[in-house]
Amino acid sequence: MASVSLKNVRKNYGAADIIKGVDIEIADGEFCVFVGPSGCGKSTLLRMIAGLEDISGGTLSIGDRVVNDLPPKDRSIAMVFQSYAIFPHMTVRENLAFGLTIANAPKAEKDAKVAEAARILQMEHLLERRPSQLSGGQRQRVAIGRAIVRKPGVFLFDEPLSNLDAALRVDMRMELAKLHSDLGATMVYVTHDQVEAMTLADKIVVLSAGTVQQVGSPLELYHRPANLFVAGFIGSPKMNFVEVTIDAVDASAIRISGPAMKAQTLPLTGAGQKAGDILTLGVRPHDFKPMDDGAFTGKVTLVEHLGNETIVNLALVNGQHLIVALDGDTACTVGETLTVGHPPEKAALFDQAGNRITG
Amino acid sequence: MAQLSADNHGLRLAVRYTVLGLIALIFVFPLVFMLMSSLKPDAQLLSDTRSLRAFLPVGDISLDNYFDAFRRAPVGLFIFNSVIVTGVTVALTLFICSAAAFAFVFIDWRGRDLVLTLILATLIVPFETIAIPLLLIASKLPWLGLDGLTYGWLNSYQVQIVPFIADGLTIFLFVQYFKDLPGELIEAARVEGASWWQVYRRVVMPLAGPVLATAAILKFLVMYNQYLWPLMVVQEERYRPVMVGLQYFFQLNRAWGEIMAYLSLITVPVLAFYLFLQRAFIASIASTGVKG
Repeated sequence: MASVSLKNVRKNYGAADIIKGVDIEIADGEFCVFVGPSGCGKSTLLRMIAGLEDISGGTLSIGDRVVNDLPPKDRSIAMVFQSYAIFPHMTVRENLAFGLTIANAPKAEKDAKVAEAARILQMEHLLERRPSQLSGGQRQRVAIGRAIVRKPGVFLFDEPLSNLDAALRVDMRMELAKLHSDLGATMVYVTHDQVEAMTLADKIVVLSAGTVQQVGSPLELYHRPANLFVAGFIGSPKMNFVEVTIDAVDASAIRISGPAMKAQTLPLTGAGQKAGDILTLGVRPHDFKPMDDGAFTGKVTLVEHLGNETIVNLALVNGQHLIVALDGDTACTVGETLTVGHPPEKAALFDQAGNRITG
Repeated sequence: MAQLSADNHGLRLAVRYTVLGLIALIFVFPLVFMLMSSLKPDAQLLSDTRSLRAFLPVGDISLDNYFDAFRRAPVGLFIFNSVIVTGVTVALTLFICSAAAFAFVFIDWRGRDLVLTLILATLIVPFETIAIPLLLIASKLPWLGLDGLTYGWLNSYQVQIVPFIADGLTIFLFVQYFKDLPGELIEAARVEGASWWQVYRRVVMPLAGPVLATAAILKFLVMYNQYLWPLMVVQEERYRPVMVGLQYFFQLNRAWGEIMAYLSLITVPVLAFYLFLQRAFIASIASTGVKG
């Protein structure tokens, strides 16, 4: 096992900066997920940790060694690829043993480690098959098995579940979580799927355009997003954003109002705000409740009954739409007028630079 | 309706087989003529050409032409020489060109694209253009062999082999094939600790069956049919390959039956090689038709 440390790590292709100075500390045994939209640099960052991409600047350490210039094989890592990347001309057994074969490990050791990995992943019966005879989920297991066999310091996963169907993805997600708790290994996992990030991670790193937006536990990111980007990216359905104006502000509270919102007072911990400033109010769909004195009133334009909850699309008087997640049993019909509100402490306020200013 | 479509299907199949059969016949005719003629005495051979008997084993049939061919010229030696030259050249070409293509596709190095462009540019240079300079070079090159250090490669196997162990076309074939291999397979092998040599030997080459078979067949045909170059560099009978041998044989005598026997004999290695590779080709497709 090993920790991973990135200090001001950069990557550029000619004049194009892909990774713009990233600092991340991943503790020994931690499950860290890089999440972000396509093109944010998360896969590049993972490939830099793997040694498959050169590092243009900064320091990358695995354990207590700086590995900037080490080839992949000397970094004590194993990687699972999106396309599985298992060797089609080898049996499952040969695939699992590949790293050990390359290292000229004794046959007994190879057999024992392959058997152990096969047992952990419940694929003893597949060992003599070729990849063409396996399903997508089984192939992904082989890829994970190949990583386990070498007992690396760090496991790297590059969107490993995105080629699987929805049901299998849920199963494999749980298996990965179990694997992490069984092995206690350091894992770095890249995904664009925030549900995967939320369910698997000890620590999430949200990336956008080559920079780290926020690092924190899943609930920390959900409840206390550092900026508009994180607030909008984490959580499903997405957080609602409404532009508001400061009416009054004192040391502990701020009074705001908007064109389609009744004035309300929220607790404030930040400083430097003054009356008349424009802010963005963020409220999660699940924090809304129908209440007669709520801040928002609008017309219901869409109702989705999901059983456990009801997702309502609410058109405000200024034409803006709110997404509201209500109880599954809430009776609600298209066309009716609905007033919703939220607990003051559940709302977030962002300044014009997009940074969060409330507690 | 189902009956009708089944009939249609049968009819289409019949037409297809008839057309394919006719095409096959056209290709087989010369070969059958050669084989049948090689079994006949000259007088009968010439008279048979006026009828379909030319394609049938009828009349005075014997293997005499073969025995006579072997008596008149060292046919076996010619075939042996060609098999050695062709076999060694094909093997070396497959290794050198695949290794070069591997370096062009998978390894990042300065000047890679320029070098590849230059190599591909050699495709437009006809061999005849470089034959004379090559002859001058080959006639002066040193060689460390069983006789110690000697100069001049004329009249040897190496002069027929070394100039052909790498060529732009074969490198191009491998480059194109390697580019289509999933890059993640190579990266996975690297992460698992494989050196470039191990990636080449254990991952890339086992997956390269189809291109190996294609490149081998193309190179085999070129090498086995070599005429101009061996004519220039090999005067001694000891190293003479079959095609130059054919010319020599033709000058020796105009006995058509013996010439047909000679032709039949030199066709055997080609057919054997083709059949061998056809099996390898099918086997390789069966094992690599897999997406990871």
